[in-house]
Amino acid sequence: MTIPINWYLLVAAALFCIGLYGVLSRRNAIGILMGIELMLNAVNINLIAFWRYMDQVRLTGQIFAIFVFTVAAAEVAVGLALVIAIYRNRATIIVEEIDLLKE
Amino acid sequence: MVPIIIFGLASLVTLGAALAVVTNKNILHSAFYLVLAFVGVASIYVLLEAPFIAVVQVMIYIGAIAILIVFAIMLTRRILSEDLIQRNSQWILSALGAVGLFVILGWIMYSVKWPVVQQAVPEDTITILGQELLSTYIVPFEIASVLLLAALVGSIIISRERE
Repeated sequence: MTIPINWYLLVAAALFCIGLYGVLSRRNAIGILMGIELMLNAVNINLIAFWRYMDQVRLTGQIFAIFVFTVAAAEVAVGLALVIAIYRNRATIIVEEIDLLKE
Repeated sequence: MVPIIIFGLASLVTLGAALAVVTNKNILHSAFYLVLAFVGVASIYVLLEAPFIAVVQVMIYIGAIAILIVFAIMLTRRILSEDLIQRNSQWILSALGAVGLFVILGWIMYSVKWPVVQQAVPEDTITILGQELLSTYIVPFEIASVLLLAALVGSIIISRERE
């Protein structure tokens, strides 16, 4: 065990910020969902790293990571269903053009 | 020495693929780079001695989520030609914000003295995991199953063709 915990946390922070950039800069709704997936992965790396370095016996970090997996699966299923429903109605998934409430 | 090399490779693959995901012009290529990023994260889990989480990562993220995203891209492909601009007008501001957040987070992560406990991982983590899930965490476990059912029904109803 030679790798310090800070390295894992730094990688996770970088992954989170890359995902955040994707969420904020993409015009495509599916691209935004991909950014959210990257951010959730970064959170999971943090949870597993804290489990490995601080709480090895009770496995709390692993259990939280499993719940994050579950919620991510539910989130992406509903999100993509919404994208497909919007595409069917409006023939676009560019988020700037989906402004029904403004009209 | 070997774990450090593997860690470096895994984080390089992960971060490089993640950068490709958010910057690639072709959204389908982004989805394939997303698979590569998930593989990199799975190898980081293996390095952290969490094999069950690594397998779940491969099965759920690569086997389900990435495939679902590729399906959605294929179904909405007609408007996603490569000459379409994939970045919105505020991308410079977003990049500045993301870099700023990374500087703040990195400074915190680097400067805090984490109360690390050097201890070996228990032998049968998967057994303990199952016991904990069905004893201490039984209520969140059941709520997660209800959430999955609700998401299943909801996504079918939302994406169904209406007469």
